[in-house]
Amino acid sequence: MYIYNDFDENFVRTRVAQFRGQVERRIDGSLTEDEFKPLRLMNGLYLQLHAYMLRVAVPYGTLNPAQMRQLAYIADRWDKGYGHFTTRQNIQYNWPKLGDVPDMLEALADVGMHAIQTSGNTIRNVTADHFAGAAADEIEDPRAIAELLRQWSTDHPEFQFLPRKFKIAVTGAAEDRAVTRAHDIGLVVVRNDAGEIGYQVIVGGGLGRTPMVGKVLREFVSKADLLAYVEAIVSVYNLLGRRDNKYKARIKITLHENGIETIRDLVEERFVAIREGFNGYDQELLAEIEKSFAPPAFVTKSTDGYEAARLANPAFRSWSDTNLTAHKAPGYAIVSISIKKHGATPGDATSDQMRVMADLAEQYGHGELRISHEQNVILPHVHQSDLPAIYAALRKADLATANIGLASDIIACPGMDYCALATARSIPIAQQIATRFDELKIEHDVGPLKIKISGCINACGHHHVGHIGILGLDRAGVENYQITLGGDGTQTTTIGERAGPGFSAEEIVPAIERLVTGYLDLRSSKEETFLQTYRRLGLPPFKAILYPSEDKADAA
Amino acid sequence: MPRFTPKVVTANALLAGDAVWLTEDDRWSPLMSEAELITDEAHADLRLLQARARASEIAGPYLADARMGDDGPEPVHFREAFRTTGPSNYPHGKQVETQSRT
Repeated sequence: MYIYNDFDENFVRTRVAQFRGQVERRIDGSLTEDEFKPLRLMNGLYLQLHAYMLRVAVPYGTLNPAQMRQLAYIADRWDKGYGHFTTRQNIQYNWPKLGDVPDMLEALADVGMHAIQTSGNTIRNVTADHFAGAAADEIEDPRAIAELLRQWSTDHPEFQFLPRKFKIAVTGAAEDRAVTRAHDIGLVVVRNDAGEIGYQVIVGGGLGRTPMVGKVLREFVSKADLLAYVEAIVSVYNLLGRRDNKYKARIKITLHENGIETIRDLVEERFVAIREGFNGYDQELLAEIEKSFAPPAFVTKSTDGYEAARLANPAFRSWSDTNLTAHKAPGYAIVSISIKKHGATPGDATSDQMRVMADLAEQYGHGELRISHEQNVILPHVHQSDLPAIYAALRKADLATANIGLASDIIACPGMDYCALATARSIPIAQQIATRFDELKIEHDVGPLKIKISGCINACGHHHVGHIGILGLDRAGVENYQITLGGDGTQTTTIGERAGPGFSAEEIVPAIERLVTGYLDLRSSKEETFLQTYRRLGLPPFKAILYPSEDKADAA
Repeated sequence: MPRFTPKVVTANALLAGDAVWLTEDDRWSPLMSEAELITDEAHADLRLLQARARASEIAGPYLADARMGDDGPEPVHFREAFRTTGPSNYPHGKQVETQSRT
């Protein structure tokens, strides 16, 4: 893992001191809210419905045990004993007091963390495949380049006032777990014909009110050229992106309005102009950073204990069937810890749970933890022989839910329970859907299914790319939930289709149940997933299931 | 012209960030029921201006629709109703912190 050097340390400490002064001046009345707001947003502090909210960056979703313990400490000392993991691999605290925030940031700085650029019209926290460095299908660990991008984008003087926020995601694997095609820039590690490693650069993806799938700007950019090329993109966007209309300000609209050819030409032109300026220092830095992401010292030992435990304990077998992913090292597995217990708030972990996960990472996981954009926590490097002990510890901490990738592994934004922008609640809907599927005991039979819920059009809950997407809206002063179907956030990214009229808060859970049980009747075999069935049959049969009375009316 | 509907002045307390309402005697109350229910548009504009001037106590003041209930002003929209209680997933916020404050 990357450890802060003196420069990083000094930068973050200086920023905390600055912000401490700004908070003091706000409290003593020398700064108005209008003056203070951009300053607090630059440091990740929002004012929400019931309280302030502090959004802490977890760069490319990677944490070490000391950092996870510090997040737990912050939750206990200055918040309500829990934290909320988000779809940008960040953690949010929902109840900080304004006067405490500088101390919280100081505590973050103690473990090499910060909340800088987690808000505002800047380059946000760079996200990455949460299985980076561990996945069997990976070409290269994408986190070194993500760290280089973090260093380059942090306080970059040219990019502090972009037309709108700017999100970058990276993946080193063919299986896209980082939703790269729904980002302003998505970077996918690829090999060219000569076998050299470089990046496919995707631009202009995004969700929100105008969802768009990113387009390939260049099939191959060499590692040496990547930073200059990315800077060229952001630079072109900075000048060309619209500032007259907030809803047309993201690069996806810039791309849409100007055409990809124009953008490509402008980027190439800018790239040629600035390339010389990158005189190799970035490559020296990258080489240093890459050393920090060297794979851990994997060991070889027997996996007999794991096999025996699978045979002896059906609950363990069920958990290991759903919550493990193939690791690149023999005898190892990637463990996904579900933060989606049925009926609980998706992505919320208590401070005790954070400490348990930190301990497990330290004892069994080569000291690494990841936060996934699907709001779960990952132990990326675990030897299979240690899985029974890990499972037992997770069970004790109420963290052993066997539902990764299933119907109850729901992404949900905070919605109107916390967020000032929300138009409806998300969390209670997620809680009720998960509880219902647990009662029905069908989610293992249903198989892979991604349900994603957003409480407003901004789509933090990624509903557009959910196999089943739910969007909460305010319809004449009542919460109303629209369903989209067939969305996909992987390498075959697809924006879901709107199924029809929305449902009330009371109707939405039965509607989802009808949809899922209806799929069981429609699928051609047990192997055909919900998404595959949808792709084969299209919207009409699902629509008939969702709106049965209308169907009858049509027939009559 | 649409008829003016009754309003309250509401904001977030500067230090704690929780929802507060402006009372007739110029306190910021954590209870909506203690708010001043404003039925006159010109008076509403004036009260909002006065609220904006109190930047060292609150942030983001605005006028929210309200109606008179048994115990005082009540929310009309569900968003404002949530602000009087707190989140639905935990017993946090106003639903457990109802003590009055000035």
